[in-house]
Amino acid sequence: MARMKFLCDAERCIECNGCVTACKNENEVPWGVNRRRVVTINDGVVGAEKSISVACMHCSDAPCMAVCPVDCFYKTEDGVVLHDKDLCIGCGYCFYACPFGAPQFPQAGAFGLRGKMDKCTFCAGGPEADRTEAEFKKYGRNRLAEGKLPACAEMCSTKALLGGDGDVIADIYRERVLRRGKGSEVWGWGTAYGPGKAGAQPPAGGKS
Amino acid sequence: MRRVALGAAVIAALFAVGCGEQAQVTVYKQGKYQGKPDTQAWNNASPAAELRGSAWNKGDRGSWETAINQRALGQNEDIRIYKQ
Repeated sequence: MARMKFLCDAERCIECNGCVTACKNENEVPWGVNRRRVVTINDGVVGAEKSISVACMHCSDAPCMAVCPVDCFYKTEDGVVLHDKDLCIGCGYCFYACPFGAPQFPQAGAFGLRGKMDKCTFCAGGPEADRTEAEFKKYGRNRLAEGKLPACAEMCSTKALLGGDGDVIADIYRERVLRRGKGSEVWGWGTAYGPGKAGAQPPAGGKS
Repeated sequence: MRRVALGAAVIAALFAVGCGEQAQVTVYKQGKYQGKPDTQAWNNASPAAELRGSAWNKGDRGSWETAINQRALGQNEDIRIYKQ
């Protein structure tokens, strides 16, 4: 059973924003709404600068789904978190709940009127009939129904951003990590949060 | 005594509810996911020819997954460039 996921390889991302542009173009996302963006840490520090591309991570236990007062979210069998814009009231709870800042709200009018929420759909459209003009206008292109993967991942020039079934992309990433001469130390708690004991050193070579 | 037993039973039942777990498996029923209508990707006709997508048999989830996974492997340049 496919479970769609994104995985961004920080060693490969060159902050070109090609994924952001691809998403904007493919889904005709309105001005001011960014379904995907590139985040850079240690910007300008030689050797320490890392970038990753972030969008909705299609969480297995999505907090946006849990807090939505009108229950407009749903999860497909492929593990994609989608929402029904006909039900959304634009309250913004999902924005506060999401750890990735994925939900976006179009703003218009003199008082910063907040529109209905818009977010990455993993290029899977929404509740409207698949591959129709109505679906495209509300949610963007339904590439999964065309047998394609999200435009951001397919357009990534360095293939830093991988998209697809979690098992498949994890295999690709694992192969890369092993080729770089790293092993299992690049996964897990120690890499994410540092060494637990005083005086212990993080894995040689930093993260991969 | 009977009241105490009844009260204990109610409290035990409430604790048992706390140990419950929500179903992790997504159910697609009558064209809907959790009450919201949507079509499964594999229930569309394959537009491989006109849209240059993957080809699968309509309604066959397995063939759609095989096609999409094959496409995902295209992201691995080791396969895409060197092993073809």
